[in-house]
Amino acid sequence: MLTAEDKKLIQQMWGKLGGAEEEIGAEALTRMFCSYPPTKTYFPHFDLSPGSDQVRGHGKKVVAALSTAIKNMDNLSQALSELSNLHAYNLRVDPPRFSLQFLSQCLQVALATRLGKDYSPEVHSAVDKFMSAVASVLAEKYR
Amino acid sequence: MVHWSAEEKQLITSVWAKVSVEECGAEALARLLIVYPWTQRFFSDFGNLSSPTAIIGNPKVRAHGKKVLTSFGEAIKNLDNLKGTYSKLSELHCDKLHVDPENFRLLGDILVIVLAAHFSKDFTPACQATWQKLVGLVAHALARKYH
Repeated sequence: MLTAEDKKLIQQMWGKLGGAEEEIGAEALTRMFCSYPPTKTYFPHFDLSPGSDQVRGHGKKVVAALSTAIKNMDNLSQALSELSNLHAYNLRVDPPRFSLQFLSQCLQVALATRLGKDYSPEVHSAVDKFMSAVASVLAEKYR
Repeated sequence: MVHWSAEEKQLITSVWAKVSVEECGAEALARLLIVYPWTQRFFSDFGNLSSPTAIIGNPKVRAHGKKVLTSFGEAIKNLDNLKGTYSKLSELHCDKLHVDPENFRLLGDILVIVLAAHFSKDFTPACQATWQKLVGLVAHALARKYH
């Protein structure tokens, strides 16, 4: 469960990114496609080559959603309700793909490369928990 | 038989050459115990694990982290025979230590994050992919002798 301290750490960490959020979104996706090729099966309609505009655009979307989630950590279910519907009824991404944390892992790697020592064990823990919570909410409506 | 391309081997050895086994091992293990607190169940005789600060400063955690990563170094010297390299350790983790193999995957992912924090932009997507492959195979080799 996300503690008050976790929430504070996440908000502080997000604040430290100084506008790099969008880049981080694209990078997390690129890393995910590279490390976990099966995740590409959800994007057959995308140009997945390096620097692709579609990946950039999608990364931006993902990060915007996470930003919303971070501003609404006390009510993730409601904040992500539309996205939850989308993932359950339209996208139907295999739910364990969320909880198996491929995107979470790659997002954390992208954050760690930028934050270095500032990606402390405590921040790492908070982000991991947060991504778990987001994954749970997105999978809520699957069945 | 696992195939490693020349590029993958290069990405592994060049990163490893710059890693302090002691520091990196200590950090990876500490993070495992902090981020996934239930893993502390395997270390009940390690003393004070009551807070992130306690865990990070705990000498037993540091020592054991070093041990774990030293073993990883062995794997890197034997990339073409991970199964053989980890055969005895696999039996140990199953028969004596009773560790759920899922924990190997968790530690592997944490190691990748520790490397990312350390190497920053040099930890490119290709580099990460190679290391994710390695930690996945190590986890698999460690789980192989379970019964």
